[in-house]
Amino acid sequence: MSDIKNIIGKICPEAQFTDGDILEVTVPDMVWHPLAEALRNTKGLEFDLLSAVVGMDWKENFGVVYYLTSTVRNWDMLTVKVIAADREDPMIHSVSDIWGVANFQEREVFDFFGIKFINHPDMRRFFLRNDWVGYPLRKDYDASPELNPIRLDDEINEDDTCAYIEQPDGSIVKEDRKVFGPDEYVINVGPQHPSTHGVMRFRCALDGEIINKVDIVSGYIHRGIEKLCESLGYPQTLHFTDRMDYMSAHMNRHCLCMCVEKALGIEVPKRAQVIRTMMDELMRISSHLLSFGCAAMDLGATTAFFYGFREREQVLDIFEKTCGARMSMNYNVIGGVVADLHPDFRKDVKALIEIMPERLKEYHKVFTGNIIAQNRMKGVGILPKENAISYAITGPSGRGSNFSCDCRKKHPYAVYDEVDFDEVLLDGCDSFSRYMVRMKEIEQSCRILEQLVDRIPEGEIRAQVPKLIKLPVGHWYQQVEASRGTFGVYIESDGGKTPYRMHFQSPCFNLVGAVDQCTRGLMIADLITVEAILDFVIPDIDR
Amino acid sequence: MFDFDIVTSWFNGLLTGFMPQWAATLIECVVIGVIVLLVYALLALFYILYERKLCAWFQCRLGPMRVGRWGVLQVFADMFKILIKELICLKGTDKFLFKLAPYIVITSSVTMLACLPWGKGLQIIDYNIGIFFILAVSSVGILGILLAGWSSNNKYTLIGAMRSGAQMVSYELSLGLAMITIVCLAGTMNITEIVAEQDKAWFLFRGHIPAIIAFVIYLIAATAETNRGPFDLPEAEHELTAGYHTEYSGIHFGFFYLAEYLNLFIVSGIASLMFLGGWMPLHIPGLDGFNNVMNFIPGPVWFLAKAFFISYVIIWFKWTFPRIRIDQMLSFEWKYLMPIALANLVLMACFVAFGWHF
Amino acid sequence: MVMKEPKIKSMSRSDFKDNEYIDQLVEELNATGANVMVGMFDDLINWGRANSLWPFCFGTSCCAIEFMCLGAARYDMARFGFEVARNSPRQADFIMVQGTIVHRMAPVLRRLYEQLAEPKYVIAAGSCAVSGGPFKNSYCVLPGVDKILPVDVYMPGCPPRPEAMFYGLMQLQRKIKVQKFFGGANRKEKREDFFREHPEERGLI
Repeated sequence: MSDIKNIIGKICPEAQFTDGDILEVTVPDMVWHPLAEALRNTKGLEFDLLSAVVGMDWKENFGVVYYLTSTVRNWDMLTVKVIAADREDPMIHSVSDIWGVANFQEREVFDFFGIKFINHPDMRRFFLRNDWVGYPLRKDYDASPELNPIRLDDEINEDDTCAYIEQPDGSIVKEDRKVFGPDEYVINVGPQHPSTHGVMRFRCALDGEIINKVDIVSGYIHRGIEKLCESLGYPQTLHFTDRMDYMSAHMNRHCLCMCVEKALGIEVPKRAQVIRTMMDELMRISSHLLSFGCAAMDLGATTAFFYGFREREQVLDIFEKTCGARMSMNYNVIGGVVADLHPDFRKDVKALIEIMPERLKEYHKVFTGNIIAQNRMKGVGILPKENAISYAITGPSGRGSNFSCDCRKKHPYAVYDEVDFDEVLLDGCDSFSRYMVRMKEIEQSCRILEQLVDRIPEGEIRAQVPKLIKLPVGHWYQQVEASRGTFGVYIESDGGKTPYRMHFQSPCFNLVGAVDQCTRGLMIADLITVEAILDFVIPDIDR
Repeated sequence: MFDFDIVTSWFNGLLTGFMPQWAATLIECVVIGVIVLLVYALLALFYILYERKLCAWFQCRLGPMRVGRWGVLQVFADMFKILIKELICLKGTDKFLFKLAPYIVITSSVTMLACLPWGKGLQIIDYNIGIFFILAVSSVGILGILLAGWSSNNKYTLIGAMRSGAQMVSYELSLGLAMITIVCLAGTMNITEIVAEQDKAWFLFRGHIPAIIAFVIYLIAATAETNRGPFDLPEAEHELTAGYHTEYSGIHFGFFYLAEYLNLFIVSGIASLMFLGGWMPLHIPGLDGFNNVMNFIPGPVWFLAKAFFISYVIIWFKWTFPRIRIDQMLSFEWKYLMPIALANLVLMACFVAFGWHF
Repeated sequence: MVMKEPKIKSMSRSDFKDNEYIDQLVEELNATGANVMVGMFDDLINWGRANSLWPFCFGTSCCAIEFMCLGAARYDMARFGFEVARNSPRQADFIMVQGTIVHRMAPVLRRLYEQLAEPKYVIAAGSCAVSGGPFKNSYCVLPGVDKILPVDVYMPGCPPRPEAMFYGLMQLQRKIKVQKFFGGANRKEKREDFFREHPEERGLI
């Protein structure tokens, strides 16, 4: 850690360090861009993965917190706090030229806080309408409905964007830009389209069937969860996590619980840890089955969809017996889980593990082995490993590009360090590899379940937690491996009973950032393939 | 076999007995028209249910169950509903072409249906170029789809129409070549004669190797011709929402829907006529007792059973295979299917010339 | 001709909850009366309409996944004839709003509703569509789709179970079965009522 301090100190003498769980560096905006370049490229630092970007409003000034990870140096993490100089017109230098993922992340921060990113190529709002008044996550946001009524007229100026370009003399000039030229043939895929898996909108510039450019318009299901969390107590915020990526409900909630537990220093009983791990893996199986089914359906093989759902129902039955719901289970709570396992749990899980290998063979027979399916997936949506890291594509999609990024291995949590499983890595970098990673991960999840199902220890399911949960002053970041990649929760507390700022770093947000990159020069049908197999869940992107 | 000529000649004689020839012909035309439309509608309704039930069984489901026993009335409910749905005509569309397109599609498929013989003497016109006529009429349907896509003034429908055009024009070649292969074996384009030729054994067995190759090519090309999966690109639901008929509502959409199913019957019917002996019963040379028993089953039953069987195969394709991509589809046709069909035609010509067939 | 209580196969009247509402609709219809022939045609058409409801799925979040389960093998909505999910609003009969509707989505949803061909119905599935659900207090969430659309059936739940969705769809069937196609209370009038209550909406279409 001191090496890093030395190296950073040499590059940037203004930096202030705070020790902690993760080393934190605070810098003013002036030096941020050169520092970022150095962090990315200098030997001994090599922070090549931008894990999270959290916009902040510290009342006296605005800033952004960047969480960096080094994939080459043992998954070492670093926090960089960048503080904008001016509260009235906050500006920060963009790092979208260094980490691809920063492009959309910075647009999100701009949308929420109005922080303008200098040299960012496309400073549009990301979630809210173009004509939205105000920046909702600012602490002085005026939420009166008169300012932003329900507008039933269409948005205008969809093609207009702007960039704030720094001139050689240091001044900032606003430059108007267009997303698409006047003679491009643009079609809308979405927001209501059968295969966008929700309400994403892709504006595609076409040349015949070939896609030249995809412009992503998001926010059709932006519910403002982060703002809502700021007015709720910690236990009350939990239920939102189930409704973000509803296919990773257990994992997301696990993550938030762990983050709060970390802040409070609560030790979770072993039984609860094992139950959480098993639920996470069951959720992963259910999610990958859904993903398989939907991918097959989007490619036109309708029957495979029904086979995937048949087994998914069996997983949902297990959830229903223990948690009381098929979806939105609300099962994890701070300190443990809300209810003990159903007496049938062991039997049901064993039955599931027993049938899965056979059923997977059936899927491969019905869909994977099909020559048309292989032709549709192989070589489509190439995402090389460097790009996967730059765009922070984690989860099965990243592992299909041979990017080893499994949080369960890198920062083991719950009881993942006690079970034996493999991180599935394939090096095809195309849709087929991503698809196969998912199918193989189902096997690995079954393996984890098999090891745990007879080893659930007796004991408490919940630790003692205070009635009124108040976090100490400070901030925490926690990651878990959700079904679609690394899910992170950032909590900043001012000591009150509600969070000062809560940010969810969702894996799907990064996945959608890579769509344009993956689909250039492909056909419309390939866009559907890439979407289906990247398998993003839109409410997780929009939050 | 019972010859339906007896019935039709008797009816003609009955009418001409008390009215002039022109009036008799007029009445006959009207009766035939009504029968064709009725059969068309009933067949289409049957096919819709057939597909829904079949796909349900492939997918471990039950399919329509609530109206009538085993849901047999489901299609009638759909029909009543679709008849009273609002017809939407949009601003900015080419209204004349927009309304014309479904009628072109349905006319083409009704005409094709009218050309199929259902039994001995049970047909409307016995052309000496029957096969050629069917091929020609089937190409008219594409026009309707192209017009529908173009006149809707919608980018999705336009892409759907363009795909449809490219696909149908390409696959028509293989379809034609596969049919010519059989014409080569039969030595005639007259459908009745083609069927009569199969009295001893079906062409699929008589022509063995080239006939089987032609049959497979025909099945693939026919699936593409009817815009069914894996070649359902023009209406690729997950890419183009509903393809060329995105903007159609009510009965105009119903026409496309009916025509789609009826085309399935027609291509299966043609396949059964050309390869499986049409209304001819299954005859195995040498087994006279068996052949006599088979003769008791009426011709239309044979014809329908064969057509339904081939439709079953095509429906099976649709629900199992993923959708093919446009470039793959075109290269498949032009690089593989058509050269093979051409070579197969030469092969068949050799077989016929040297008498290697049965 | 007297309009009878709508029947649903294998569900008795006592299994349904809000019978009073349907009774009221029946009474309203009977008050105006109808010719026997017309009444029979009405019955036939309503039978067709009620049993051939083609959904237009407007799934934005979790409820859409439950709707997929509804179509999958265990629940199989094909039994009711609902399986022909059309992706083009022109060909669908009802729009099933599943999930939260936010400000950016509101005009899109409204436009899709306008694109549906008459007769059209709206189902609000899930608590988000019914009232905004857990996100009601958010700065950009619509507190229920009934703010912008005339809703026929509300399905509470987060998300509603597939069984609950079937119940809601059956309620819609019952509602359709007491409509009149020839003259009388048709859907168009209801829409007019809606605009009478919300005159400001009329100019926006």
